[in-house]
Amino acid sequence: MKIGLFIPCYIDAFYPEAGIATLELLEKLGQDVEYPLDQTCCGQPMGNSGCNSDAAAAEALFVRNFAKYDKIVMPSGSCTHHVRDNFDAIPQTDEVRHVRENTYELVEFLHDILKVDAFPWAEFNHTVGLHNSCGTLRALRTASMSELGEKPFSKPMDLLSKVKGIRFVTPKRPDECCGFGGTFSVTEEAVSAKMGVDKVRDHYQAGADYIVSADSSCVMHQQGCAERAGVPIRFIHIAQILNGAAE
Amino acid sequence: MSNKPVNHARAAEHFLEDAPHLQFHDERLWDMRQKRDGQMHMLPEWQDLREEASRIKEHTLSRLPEYLEQFEENAKKNGIHVHWARDGAEHNRIVGEILKAHNARNLIKSKSMVTEECDMRPYLEKQGVTVTETDLGERIQQLDDQLPSHIVVPAVHKLTSDVAKIFAKDYHTDPNIRDPHLLAEAQRQAARPVILHADAGMTGGNFVVAETGTFVVCTNEGNADLSATVPNLHIATIGIERLVPRMADLGVFIRLLSRSALGSPITQYTTHFRGPQKGGEMHVVLVDNGRSARLGMEDFWTSLKCIRCGACMNTCPVYRRSGGLSYGAVYSGPIGAIIDPTFNERKYSTLPYASTLNGSCTNVCPVKINIHEQLYKWRRVLVQHHEMPFVKREIMHMAGKLMGQPKMYRAAIKMTEVSLGSMPRFVLYNWLNPWGKHRENPHPVKQTFNDWYRKNREKAKPAAASETKK
Repeated sequence: MKIGLFIPCYIDAFYPEAGIATLELLEKLGQDVEYPLDQTCCGQPMGNSGCNSDAAAAEALFVRNFAKYDKIVMPSGSCTHHVRDNFDAIPQTDEVRHVRENTYELVEFLHDILKVDAFPWAEFNHTVGLHNSCGTLRALRTASMSELGEKPFSKPMDLLSKVKGIRFVTPKRPDECCGFGGTFSVTEEAVSAKMGVDKVRDHYQAGADYIVSADSSCVMHQQGCAERAGVPIRFIHIAQILNGAAE
Repeated sequence: MSNKPVNHARAAEHFLEDAPHLQFHDERLWDMRQKRDGQMHMLPEWQDLREEASRIKEHTLSRLPEYLEQFEENAKKNGIHVHWARDGAEHNRIVGEILKAHNARNLIKSKSMVTEECDMRPYLEKQGVTVTETDLGERIQQLDDQLPSHIVVPAVHKLTSDVAKIFAKDYHTDPNIRDPHLLAEAQRQAARPVILHADAGMTGGNFVVAETGTFVVCTNEGNADLSATVPNLHIATIGIERLVPRMADLGVFIRLLSRSALGSPITQYTTHFRGPQKGGEMHVVLVDNGRSARLGMEDFWTSLKCIRCGACMNTCPVYRRSGGLSYGAVYSGPIGAIIDPTFNERKYSTLPYASTLNGSCTNVCPVKINIHEQLYKWRRVLVQHHEMPFVKREIMHMAGKLMGQPKMYRAAIKMTEVSLGSMPRFVLYNWLNPWGKHRENPHPVKQTFNDWYRKNREKAKPAAASETKK
C-alpha cells in the first residue's frame, strides 16, 4: 500500500511539527509514505465560501498529485471532509473518484485501516481536553455526537488512551463548535473569537493543560483566542502525541 | 422594503458587547438544548421518530395540492370557512375583509410567525383595528416594536429588567420589578380585559390534518385558547406546509415538538380545532407566500418540513452569541438563514454565511432537515447569482488561482522567511485583517513542512522521487 501524504496549507505554514509528526508516525508504523512536493490546498476555502468554480484549479492539482497512491492520508478532518463530500468543482472522472474514495483523516486511517493497537513509544504526562472538530465529529463521524444520543464512541480517544501517562478531562460543552469556520473566522470575527474564547476557557476550567485536536485549523484559531484572552493552555496535534512528543 | 444586505456580523458584534444579556441568552438557550437532550434520552425510539416525522412530511409535501384540497373539503364539512392567500398582501386583505364584515375593531391574537411574515399588524392598524398579542413574549416584543428574536421564545434576548421598563411605560407598573412572576401578573392584568372585550381572535396553527379537516394549536400559556374561544370569531392563519395527512400521523409530531423546542414532554395546551363554536364563525387562511416556489427548489424544498420548534436556534453557537434580531429577518437562526433568502435573495444574502457549518442544527432537527448542507448550497447559489461582495469574491478568485499553481504558491510563501509577513499581501491585508482584532496571529515558524521535507527527506532519496507534472 502506497500512501500519499497531504499536508494542509495552514499546517505547512504554521504547524509544520504536526506534519512532521504525521509522517514520522506513519513511518514508525511501517508505512510506505510519500509527500508530493507540488501540493497546495484541497480547495476547501473556495468551496466553503460558495465560490466553487474557484476551487477547480486546487482540486485538479490535488488529483494530479495524489491519483497514483492507494491511500491518501492527511492530518485534517475538515480537508478530508471537503475531498470526500464536497470535491465537485471538477468533472468526476475515475481518477477523481479514486482520490475521493481513498482519502482518510489520520485518526480514522490509524483506527479503521491500520487498526493500530499500541504506540509503545508514546508517553504524555499531561492532562488533556480533546477537541473534536465539527468536520471529524459530524461529517467523518470519528466520535459520537451529543445531538443524536447515540452510544458513546470516540476513535481519537481510543488512540489517545493507548498513550502512557495521559489524563483526560471533559469540558462542559464538548461538542460545541470552536468558531473557526474557515472564512467565517474573519467575516464574522467577533462571534468567531467569542466562540473560541468560550471553548478554550471551557477546557481550561475543566483542568486541561493541553487541548489536543486532529485539526490544526481549529487550533490556530483557539490558540490565537487563548493568547489574547490570557488563558494559560497549550495546544498540540494528536499526531504529535501519538508520535511520542513529551510536550 | 430595503434590499440592502443585512449586516449580521456588525449586529452580532454589537450584541456581544453587552455581557449580561449575552451570558443570559447563551445560557438560557443552551439550557433548552440540554433539556431537549434529556427528553431524547428518555425515548429510545427518538431517532425512529425523527425518521418517521421526516418521511411523513416529505410524503405530504410531494402531494401537497391533493392534501390541501382534501383538507379544504373536510374543513368546509366541519363548517370552517377556508381561504387561500397567494402572498402576504392577499392574506392581510382577506383578514381585513373578514374583520370588516363583522365590524370587528379589537383583535386579540396568539403567536403566529406567518402573520409576522405577512407584516399583518401595521396593515390592520391602518384600517383602525387594534391588534393585541396575547402571548407574553410576543406582547413584550409588540410593545417594544421589535420582531420576535426566536420563533418559540420571542423575547429571549431580554432580561427581566428590560421587560420591567417596557411594562412601566405601557402598563404603568414599577420599573424596578425583577420578579418574573410579578411581571407575568402585570401582563395578565393588562391582557384579561382586552381579551374579554375582543371582537375577534386569531391563532396560528401548528398542524393541519387533511383527513379530518381540523387543525391543532400547541401553546404553553393558554392564550391561544382564550384568543380562539372568547370572541365568537376565530381566524387561523396557517402556512400551506403545515399539513399532515392523517390524525394518526399527528402523534409523531406532538411527541417531537415540545421535546425539541423546550425540552418538555408536551405543551401545556394541545388544542384540536374541529369547527366553529356554537353561534360563532371559524376561518382558516392558508398562506402560500413563496412556499410553492420553495417547493420547486431542488436543494431547498425540504426546509418546508420545518415544524418551527426552534431546536436549531437553541443549539446554534452563532445564534446564541448573536441574538435573533441580528438576522434582520422574521425567521432567525439556522432555519431562518436557509428560508429567508427565498423571500429576498439580496437582503438575506449574508445569512447563509452566519454559520460555521458545524452541523449541530441538522442533528437536532426533529424532521431531519439538512440545514447545514443547505447553508453550504445557498452559498453556491448566492455566488452564482452575484450576491457576494466584490472584494471577497475577488479574493476567492485569486486564492483559487494561486492554489492551482504550486510554483507561484511556494514563491508567495517564500517571499521572505516563513512568517505571516510572507503571506501574499492581498491575503494579509484583505482576508486576514480582521483576524487579529480579538485574536493573536499564528506564530511564524523557521521552515514550512515543505522546506523541511525537501531538506530532510528529498535529499536522502534518489532524484526520481521528486517528479511532478508541469
